[in-house]
Amino acid sequence: MGVMTLAQALNSALDVALDDPRVVLMGEDIGKTGGVFRITDGLQRKHGSQRVVDTPVAESGIVGAAFGMAIAGLRPIVEIQFMGFSYPAYDQVISHVARIRSRSRHRFTAPMVIRLPYGAGIGASEHHSESTEAIYTHVPGLKVVVASTPENAKGLLLAAVEDPDPVIFLEPIRAYRAARGEVPDGRYLTPIGAGMLEQRGSDISLISYGAMMRETTEAARRLAGEGVSVEVIDLRSLVPLDADMVVASVEKTGRAVVIHEAPLTGGYAAEIVALIQERALYSLRAPVRRVTGWDVTVPLRLAERHYLPSASRIMSAARSVLET
Amino acid sequence: MRLEPRQVLAADGTVIDRREPDVSIVAARYAAMTEARLYDRKASALQRQGRLATYAPYEGQEASQVGAVAPLAAEDWLVASYRDAAAMRFHGYPWKNLLLTRMGDERGGRPPEGVNATPPSITVGGHMIHAVGIAWAEKIKGTRAVALTMFGDGATSEGDFHEAMNFAGVYRTPTVFFCQNNGWAISMPRSRQTASRTIAQKAGAYGLPGVLVDGNDVLAVEEVVAEAVERARAGEGATLIEALTYRVRGHTTADDHQRYRAREEAAGWLGKDPLERVRLWLERLGAWDEALQSEIESEASRRIEAAVAEAEAVESLSAGEIFDAMYEDPTGPLVAQRRLAERSARWA
Repeated sequence: MGVMTLAQALNSALDVALDDPRVVLMGEDIGKTGGVFRITDGLQRKHGSQRVVDTPVAESGIVGAAFGMAIAGLRPIVEIQFMGFSYPAYDQVISHVARIRSRSRHRFTAPMVIRLPYGAGIGASEHHSESTEAIYTHVPGLKVVVASTPENAKGLLLAAVEDPDPVIFLEPIRAYRAARGEVPDGRYLTPIGAGMLEQRGSDISLISYGAMMRETTEAARRLAGEGVSVEVIDLRSLVPLDADMVVASVEKTGRAVVIHEAPLTGGYAAEIVALIQERALYSLRAPVRRVTGWDVTVPLRLAERHYLPSASRIMSAARSVLET
Repeated sequence: MRLEPRQVLAADGTVIDRREPDVSIVAARYAAMTEARLYDRKASALQRQGRLATYAPYEGQEASQVGAVAPLAAEDWLVASYRDAAAMRFHGYPWKNLLLTRMGDERGGRPPEGVNATPPSITVGGHMIHAVGIAWAEKIKGTRAVALTMFGDGATSEGDFHEAMNFAGVYRTPTVFFCQNNGWAISMPRSRQTASRTIAQKAGAYGLPGVLVDGNDVLAVEEVVAEAVERARAGEGATLIEALTYRVRGHTTADDHQRYRAREEAAGWLGKDPLERVRLWLERLGAWDEALQSEIESEASRRIEAAVAEAEAVESLSAGEIFDAMYEDPTGPLVAQRRLAERSARWA
């Protein structure tokens, strides 16, 4: 056990994962440089360039080759530098990775992990601040998980590597170094498909995941100061979703706000709202609200602050729900 | 770069400039090509009778397909596309499975254990990089297996062709890229796919050897593939082979090729038929006669008809079963949706 940043926890997870001889890491600049975010720092030196592979700049090729490796019995872990660079590989993901199991009725499978650093808030160039998880959650055959703390980042990544199906693994860029916490040594698994009840409460449920957990818990803290009993859920796994946890929470509180930084329209929050109205409508005492990024291209550095949901926006949505 | 295609047997069945091939091998390839042609015609007929969905005929390409897989060992991988049923069959992927897929049943995509052939790729060009990854994995695992991928001239226009060739070059993966240049990508002629004189020469840009071969000459195809497989096994990396052949029929049974190409073109290629030249050679050696032909055809037909009967006897997937192969263990929503689908199937 030791205190680590989220980035260090991921590095530790990959180091542990590489104990399995089937595991191969692939990505651009992940070797000597340790990746643009240094997540793979030191791993090539320790495990060799056959297992920690620097690739040409070709996302479709990386994912397609990793897919072939997975079919032939390896467990590749791919790093795409930024989520916004994953689109050249989207055809491989949607056309092959997600469906080889159904195409071959279990004869061939693609147990592989695609790591996608995602999210805004670091003042990066265009394409570097994307949060497009909904284009992955919409594809049958994939699992989609989002880390939020050092502890669950390591546990979820190790669970993703062991998973028999392909996992899209989202890493919150702005939490890489900002999030610090206790991380157990060695191997442990955080189950995919299980949400995390971060905080119990009885007045309202705040439901979020990934980087927005920071603003969500901050809003919960400030609302508690106003005498509101807030329940906070970190979904962690978008597919499969811990629907029972969401439903049980809303049945108890009767009020909910769903928060993500991705744009509103067609975003994953809509899925949560639909779930709530299907299974917990009669428990609701107010309409469910969404606090999300706007339906705009993520602004560049100087106007970025106008885009990301803030704790204040979450609080104001929560208050309007509480007042209904 | 050698721009003349490799040949062993000329269209008239004479051996070009080398010692005579082994009769038993040639006879075996002839029987395989005959079976391939009979299957192709049977599948096309089944489609017209409404017993298959769309079918992509490969008539004219039998030598390329039979020759390409002849040098492969059982542990080698075949990563082929939708027009490669004959190659797949002769690498162990049963006719029954190929028929099932064309009938519209996913279980066709599940070949028996031990058959290292992936289900046919329907998207154009996305699968070549898989053969790079598979071969790379075999190299990492330290086996001797190689991966051969088959694709058409149209697929070489896709960006994924470049990425696959590039990765294979950089990592020296034991991959064989086998392009059947059949002249046409649906209605687009080879001349509109690339301004390059040949497809084979593109290999040079990736640091790989490129080889041109007469794709209607089964012995020449087998020879160049065997050389490429040897190179791959020896750790010398990948090879791009361009087999010059011709798609005698339309792109699929849904295509009318007379809308975009002249009859005379096909007629010219029929004179270069891949089966006829082998038959002529065998006949000249006294290793072929009408009785043998009937024997080969009836053997082949018996196998094909048995496969058709087996495939047609398979009950289609039930409403519930369509949920069974999305994940190793179905997720919660899938379990719930399965129940709903089963219920609505009962009401229907």
